[in-house]
Amino acid sequence: MLRRILALLAKELAGLWKDRKTRFVILIPPLVQVVLFAYAATYDVKDVALGIWNEDAGAQGAELVRRFAGSPAFQAAAAPQSPAQAATAIDAKQVAAVLHVGQNFSADVLAGRHAQVQLLIDARRSNTALMVQGYATAIVAAYAADISPNHLVPVAVLTRDWFNPNLESQWFILPGLVSVLSMMMAMLVSALSLARERELGTFEQLLVTPLRPVEILVGKALPGMIVGWIDANIVIAAALLWFRVPFLGDMALLQGMLTVYMLAGVAIGLVISSIARTQQQAMLGVFVIASPMVVLSGYAAPVENMPAIVAFIGQADPIRWMLIITRGLFLQDLPTSLVLANAWPLVVIGSVAFGVAWLAVRRAVS
Amino acid sequence: MSVAMRMHGLILKEIKQITRDPSAILIAFLMPVVLLIVNGFGINFDANHMRVAVVIAAPEERVRGMIQALKASPYLDPVAMADTHTAEAAVISGDVRGMLVVRDDFTERLARSGRWPAPAELAVNATDPNTARILEGYVSGALGTWLAGEAGERRLTPAGGIDLQHRYWFNPELRSADAIVPGIIAMVMTMTGTLLTALIVAREWERGTMESMLASPAGMAELTFAKLGCYFVLGMGSMAMSVLMAIGLFGLPFRGSIAALMAASALFLVFALGLGLFISTLARNQFVAAQVAFIATMLPAMMLSGMLFDIASMPRWLQIVTYAVPARYLVSILQTLFLAGDVWAVVLPNLLGLAAAATLAVGATLLVTRRRLD
Repeated sequence: MLRRILALLAKELAGLWKDRKTRFVILIPPLVQVVLFAYAATYDVKDVALGIWNEDAGAQGAELVRRFAGSPAFQAAAAPQSPAQAATAIDAKQVAAVLHVGQNFSADVLAGRHAQVQLLIDARRSNTALMVQGYATAIVAAYAADISPNHLVPVAVLTRDWFNPNLESQWFILPGLVSVLSMMMAMLVSALSLARERELGTFEQLLVTPLRPVEILVGKALPGMIVGWIDANIVIAAALLWFRVPFLGDMALLQGMLTVYMLAGVAIGLVISSIARTQQQAMLGVFVIASPMVVLSGYAAPVENMPAIVAFIGQADPIRWMLIITRGLFLQDLPTSLVLANAWPLVVIGSVAFGVAWLAVRRAVS
Repeated sequence: MSVAMRMHGLILKEIKQITRDPSAILIAFLMPVVLLIVNGFGINFDANHMRVAVVIAAPEERVRGMIQALKASPYLDPVAMADTHTAEAAVISGDVRGMLVVRDDFTERLARSGRWPAPAELAVNATDPNTARILEGYVSGALGTWLAGEAGERRLTPAGGIDLQHRYWFNPELRSADAIVPGIIAMVMTMTGTLLTALIVAREWERGTMESMLASPAGMAELTFAKLGCYFVLGMGSMAMSVLMAIGLFGLPFRGSIAALMAASALFLVFALGLGLFISTLARNQFVAAQVAFIATMLPAMMLSGMLFDIASMPRWLQIVTYAVPARYLVSILQTLFLAGDVWAVVLPNLLGLAAAATLAVGATLLVTRRRLD
C-alpha cells in the first residue's frame, strides 16, 4: 500500500515540477507576497500631510505648531488662511488634516483659561483618521502638561505593550502570513489535482489501477501538503532572518501544528476538487472560498468587530485557529495547553472535510 | 465580408459562449456578491466591545465612577477581575485585550495634588498592534471623560488646559464601512474583470479553439474588441450591482455624479479585461493564468491600492510602485465619489492614470498576440 501511494505521489510531484510555468507559480508567489505584505501592511501612520492654519501671533501658538510639525507622525504640507482654503486642501487630498489655532490661543493659555484648537480630519480613510486624532491628542496633552503650573496632571496612564513593545506591524503581519499563504497554496494544489484528472479523462484510468479510493485520496493530498509546508517555511525563514521577527515559542510544535493545519487545508481543497468537473470550476471554487476564509479569520481586522453571526460562521475557518497559534508561538510563547486548545478545531475541520472528499471519490468508483 | 458583418458574427458567438457556460455569469455576478458581503462585513475596524480586565486593589466610591465611565464607553467591555494573576492569564490567552490595574494608593494620591499624577497601569496584548493602539486610545479617552466629570465637582484639573476639538469630514461617525466598501468594490472589479478574460480565454488557448478563431478571416483587433466588448457589458453590470449593494446594503452615501462613476468604471474595466487577455495569451494554461491573475490583481488591489493601508505611510520605493497599480486610481476616485462628491482635483488626475493603464493593457495584448502567432 505504501509503495502504491509513493508511486502516485511521485507522479503528482513530477506533474507539478516538470512544467516550468507551474513551478514558477508555486515558488514565486510566496516571495512576492512576503515583500508586499511586510512592507505595505502597516496600519500605523507617519508623515501625514498636515495643513497648519495658525491665526495666533503668540509664542504658545507657535510652540504648539512647532510640536506638530516636528512630530514623526505629521509633516507640514500647506498653510491655509481661511476656512475655504482649508476645505479645498482637504477635498483635493493635498492634506489629510488641518490644524486650526485660533486668534486667542496664546492669550487664553497665558491667562489660564481653557484654550482651544481644532483639528479637521479627512475621514475618507477611517482608520487613518482615528490614528491622526490619537497622535494629535497625545501632542496636545503633552503640551498641556508641560505648560501646567507644576507640570502635573491628576492621572497618568502607564501603558505597557506586551509581546510587541514597539507596536511593529510586521510582527503582526508576517506570522499571520505563514498561516494564510500556506493554506491558499495547499488548497489550490489539491483542488486542481482531482479536477485535472477529471477534465483530461485520466481519472478513469486512475480508478482502474490497483489503487484504492483511500490511497488515491492520500496520494492526491500529500503534494498539496508538501507545497503548503514549503511555502510556510519560506515565510518563516523570511520573517526570522530578514525581518527579524522574534520567535519565542517551540519551533517543533509549530511544525507539528502546520502539519495538522495543512491536512485541513488539503481536505478542503479535495472537497472542492471532488465537486468541480473542470480545473476552471475548481479554481473558481478556491477563489470564492479563499477570500472569505482570509477575511473571516481575523487576518485583516479583529474577529470581535464582526457581526456575531459572521464571527460564528468563522469558527469553521481553519485559518482563524492557526492564526492564534502562529501569532502566539512567534510573539508570546503561547503555553502548549493553549496551542492544543486551538488545534482540536483544526482536527475536526480536517476530518469532516476528508470524510466528504472520501465519499465523493467512493461514489466515483462505484 | 465586411467588418460590420464579421463583428456581428463574432459578438453573436461570444454571447452564445457566455450564455452556454455558467462560468462567466458566475464570475461577473456571483463572485462580486459573495466578495462584497464577506469583505464588507468581515473587514471592520470599528472596534466595539473590546474586553478589558479591570483589577482594582481598593474599590472605593470614587473609583467606581471610573468603572462606570469605562462601561459607558461603547467600545469597551470592562471585566472585573480579582487579582493581577488572573488578569495576566486572561491577557495571555487572548480572552481579554488588555488589563487596567489601579493600585490601592490610587485614590489617596489622586486626592492630594502634591502626589500627582496618580498612576493607572494599562497592559495591552500587542500581538495585534493596531487594535492595541486603538484600545489604548479608548481607555485614555474613558478615563479622561471620568476625570472631566470629577473635575467639575472636585476641581481636580489644574486651571487652564487645552481642548483639542476634532471634526471628521466626509465620514463624521468614522464608520469603517464607509471607508472600506469603495475599496472592496475596486478589488472586486479588478478580480472579476481580470478573471473573466484570463480564465475563459486561457481555456480557449488550452483547447486550441483560439487558433481556429485566428485562422478565420477576422483580424486580431476585431477578435480582441468583440471579446472585450461582450465582457465589458458583463463587467459594467457587475459594477452597477456592486454600487447598488454599497448604497442599499452597507448604507453608504453617494455624493458624486453617475457620469464620473461611469467614466472611471469603464476605463478601469478596459484595463482589467485587457490585463486578463494579456495574461491568458502569455500563459495559455488555466492553472498558470489563474495564479498570475491572482498575484497580479487581487493582492496589489488589496495591499497597494490604499484600500486598507495608507499609501503615504509606506516606504518611498513602495509608494512609487503603487503608481503602477491601477486599482489605486480607482480606490481614490470611488472614495471621493461616494463620500465627498465630484472633486475634480482628485477625480481628473486619477482618471488620467486609469486611461493610461487601459491603453497600456490593450496595446500590450495586441502586440503579444501578434507575436505569439509567428
